[in-house]
Amino acid sequence: MEELFFIQNDVAPALWKGLLVSIRLIVPSAAFGLVIGVFVGVLRVFGNPFLTRLADLYVALFRGFPLVVQLFIWYFGLPHIGIYFTPYVASVIAFSLCSGAYHSEYIRGALLSIKRGQMLAAKSLGFSKIRMIRHVVLPQAVRRALPGCGNEIIYLIKYSSLAYMITCIELTGQGKIIASETFKYTEVFMIVGAVYLVLTSAAAWGLHRLEARVRIPGFQH
Amino acid sequence: MSEKKVILRAENLTKRYGDKEVLKNASFSVREGELKILIGPSGGGKSTLLQCINFLVRPEAGRVWLDGREVLYHRKRELYAYRQKVGMIFQDFNLFDHLTAVGNVEIALIHVRGMDREEARARASAELERVGLREHMEKYPAQLSGGQKQRVSIARALAMDPVVMLLDEPTSALDPELISEVLSVIRDLRANGMTMIMSTHQIGFAGEMADEILFMEDGVIVETGSPKKLFNQAECQRTREFFLKIVEIYGESR
Ligand SMILES: Nc1ncnc2c1ncn2[C@@H]1O[C@H](COP(=O)(O)OP(=O)(O)O)[C@@H](O)[C@H]1O
Ligand SMILES: [Mg+2]
Repeated sequence: MEELFFIQNDVAPALWKGLLVSIRLIVPSAAFGLVIGVFVGVLRVFGNPFLTRLADLYVALFRGFPLVVQLFIWYFGLPHIGIYFTPYVASVIAFSLCSGAYHSEYIRGALLSIKRGQMLAAKSLGFSKIRMIRHVVLPQAVRRALPGCGNEIIYLIKYSSLAYMITCIELTGQGKIIASETFKYTEVFMIVGAVYLVLTSAAAWGLHRLEARVRIPGFQH
Repeated sequence: MSEKKVILRAENLTKRYGDKEVLKNASFSVREGELKILIGPSGGGKSTLLQCINFLVRPEAGRVWLDGREVLYHRKRELYAYRQKVGMIFQDFNLFDHLTAVGNVEIALIHVRGMDREEARARASAELERVGLREHMEKYPAQLSGGQKQRVSIARALAMDPVVMLLDEPTSALDPELISEVLSVIRDLRANGMTMIMSTHQIGFAGEMADEILFMEDGVIVETGSPKKLFNQAECQRTREFFLKIVEIYGESR
């Protein structure tokens, strides 16, 4: 009984606050990440040699550096050269850029899988390269990349918990504060974990629905 | 009867891959309403020639004129405008897999010609009807037979109002029983005065329909002439041998 009161009065409000922050981190990071991923993926496959190299370099860096280190650089490092971000903004930037690097891998693979003949056909109809990419190649590539990109978004939900390391107090951060105040580590973190499980399950369900919605007869994923 | 005007002219088209010259100084011209047929062994350069004509493959040398105007293909705008006027049909159809039949036909109308969606849909439907695919408009490529796919691709090209069509072995990927439905569409095009250059192994069709046959081997247009001449009294030894062999393999059937 006492336990229940504890959860209702102390844990729930704090975690709810944290959850809202988490969602405010995840949604824009997922959206920006996808946009960056598509853009960079296209550059890596269709860009001129210079842009392709630049895009490859971006991916190598942002996949190669541990995410925590990236967060530290955005939040603690950049002030040294006079650039200041709030914890929230620094987190969204770090998550978007990291996520974008991974998305671009899936998009790139999907772009390379589109049959060359379809591009010849598009060109023969008078499509410019950009229009061909936009209307013929990307609609197919995005469908093919969807399972991979979906996975990346589910990872993002989980690694958004790193934001508390730079004092952006989201779900995990709130959990840590309550847990250290009350010493009920097990209970609190079980609840926190369960909330992430709900988030990732909801995302997985949504992505599945999306995949089903855009499915095309005979189109191989 | 006065000579029809020349629609398309190509001069000295040359293409190399590495140090292999796969197209050597190919020149020809097509007049309005003519059907020219390219015949020759596989690897002889037919596809390369056709793709050099609309610069899907960049020739190392050579010039092309459409309606008497040279195509300045290094200028993107001009290249894109030129390609709209040159329809192309591929051996393996190359339909856009994510679009229905009608979607395949209207997409270039909308995004290349800037037609509004309703108008494009109406035009696309009309083109599909013309190739006998009225009932299949909403199907995706994977739900169509090879012959139907090729007819969609012909409708897609026709919707752009091309002044000349390039057909690269349009029936080679088809099961034998589906060949005639595609050939009959091409026959209709010919009857309606479409100017065409087509590569094929359908020797019967070539004999019946071609205004002129171009025999091509090792990147060279070896000999040019009427079907009658090339079938019966070709000047070049290689041409004679080839036609003997191809008649043996593909027969006179259509
Ligand atoms: N992209 C390419 N790279 C290298 N060689 C090619 C390429 N495309 C075609 N070729 C070569 O060019 C020659 C002509 O090919 P192609 O034009 O396809 O002949 P055809 O259509 O008459 O069968 C062949 O020897 C082929 O191997
Ligand atoms: Mg060929």
